[in-house]
Amino acid sequence: MATNVVTTPTSLSRPDFAAIAAWVKPGTKVLDLGCGDGSLLRYLQDVRNIRGYGVEIDDANVLRCLGNGVNVIQSDLESGLSSFESGSFDYVILSQTLQAMKHTEGIVREMLRVSCEGIVSFPNFGYWRNRLQVSFGHMPISEALPYQWFDTPNTHLCTLNDFEVFCHQHGVRVLERRVMNGDHQVTLFPNLLGMLAFYRFEQQK
Amino acid sequence: MRDSTSIGIVTPQSAIFNTSLHLKSGAVLDSYELVYETYGELNATKSNAVLVCHALSGNHHVAGSYADDTKSVGWWDNIIGPGKPIDTSRFFVIGVNNLGGCHGSTGPTSINGNTGKPYGADFPVVTVEDWVETQVRLADHLGINCFAAVMGGSLGGMQAMRWSIDFPERVKHALVIASAAKLTAQNIAFNDVARQAIITDQDFHGGDYYSHDAIPRRGLRLARMLGHITYLSDDSMAAKFGRELRNGTYSFGFDVEFEIESYLRYQGDKFADQFDANSYLLMTKVLDYFDPAHEHNGDLTAAFHGATADFLVVSFTSDWRFSPERSRSIIKALLDNELNVSYAEITSSHGHDSFLMEDHHYHKIVRAYMDNIVT
Repeated sequence: MATNVVTTPTSLSRPDFAAIAAWVKPGTKVLDLGCGDGSLLRYLQDVRNIRGYGVEIDDANVLRCLGNGVNVIQSDLESGLSSFESGSFDYVILSQTLQAMKHTEGIVREMLRVSCEGIVSFPNFGYWRNRLQVSFGHMPISEALPYQWFDTPNTHLCTLNDFEVFCHQHGVRVLERRVMNGDHQVTLFPNLLGMLAFYRFEQQK
Repeated sequence: MRDSTSIGIVTPQSAIFNTSLHLKSGAVLDSYELVYETYGELNATKSNAVLVCHALSGNHHVAGSYADDTKSVGWWDNIIGPGKPIDTSRFFVIGVNNLGGCHGSTGPTSINGNTGKPYGADFPVVTVEDWVETQVRLADHLGINCFAAVMGGSLGGMQAMRWSIDFPERVKHALVIASAAKLTAQNIAFNDVARQAIITDQDFHGGDYYSHDAIPRRGLRLARMLGHITYLSDDSMAAKFGRELRNGTYSFGFDVEFEIESYLRYQGDKFADQFDANSYLLMTKVLDYFDPAHEHNGDLTAAFHGATADFLVVSFTSDWRFSPERSRSIIKALLDNELNVSYAEITSSHGHDSFLMEDHHYHKIVRAYMDNIVT
């Protein structure tokens, strides 16, 4: 198997699940890329009655998905989503995985091929605590970025601003944004005060 | 962790079916017998039955052992039994010897009622569809309306797929392990070399070797040796045998020198002692003909249109005969039909035979899937 995309081990807390669930209409079809142990899909199945599928590369996580009673396809995201037909999903979620993908542009393109809408979440590198650590001359380590520089799976970290410029340049229209700091939603200076960012987007028509 | 043990002593049973069976080839069998084994108890609602379909050289003896021969352990005993991934304290498990086999079910060695002699080469070519039809009748005989699961590896997985297509209302879950939706040209080529080895053996006598008191041993042995090579991986052969010599030195002749030669010849001999050549020919044809997409212009997605079962598909990284890529094309078709499906790609060095091996992670995957089946 090729490169390993490791899902950030700090599993999303319930408020984060809720942030994503709030965007997912009941009874829809959802693909969760890098679905980890399947707990987000399980949650969406329980509260939104979705038909869900997960994609995961890690053996232990695939096993946990089966234990959680969610559909999981063991596959390497970096090699694309060729098992999935174009337009076959209502939502594709990439939760806390975008920053660890080697082919960022490729996966966003694939997401919008197989689905009407994409949802991503990622740690905001522009969060003030991260900036502070960098200003003191060190790579940031935090709850959302729990790695040392030498063992991090994160290769493509970005700020809210960076992601929005990326979307603009790639014909991706942002439909909604939600910025969180722990359990709290951040509205003021989100690129500075937000720890975790959520975006819902579609292909620009 | 639950304690897992073998199911212990088991006894084969048989059922005779007197309703004529119209085979896909057009041939008709007026009656036939199927030999089968069961493990565990069928529950009151008859909702916990699991059918285990065998592969090319398998049979109904899936788990446990026989009272008169304790070494006769079933071919999938490591995964089926009390507390095992296919837990016989929860499930009622059935193993059946398929039609055309040589372990008790009606096949080429059986007496043809019309001639009073063994069928031999006259035994009609059967298909996976025909097998599933006979298995349905066995299910009826046992009072099972709907299987909790139909499962199998390799050719066994093909039967599980066919069940989900032909009898969607009678199977809740299908476990398709180290299988494929059709053979590749390379696979068919291997099968044909095996068949040619048998057919061109002087002792084959056009399939009527029984009346000549002969057995096409050389052909059957070669067929098995060839098959066996394709069930292993280059790496597993290298690890197990390498270039080890039996006597430590080259003898500059054609006798057995390398350990791999010794191993293959032993496997070939063992197989030739216990398998019927005509059955082997039939089994390879069953494999070759399997292609549910064929009647849908090659569209596998269309083939699964009527299916409703949930699926677990498993492949093994070193399996080059039924590679992970082959499983992924099954996944694609199942996803296109919005069926519930999970897929695990097991890292293993044992090639196609991996599905029979006791691999910790693989067995955990099957266990986790089976544990979620509601009976």
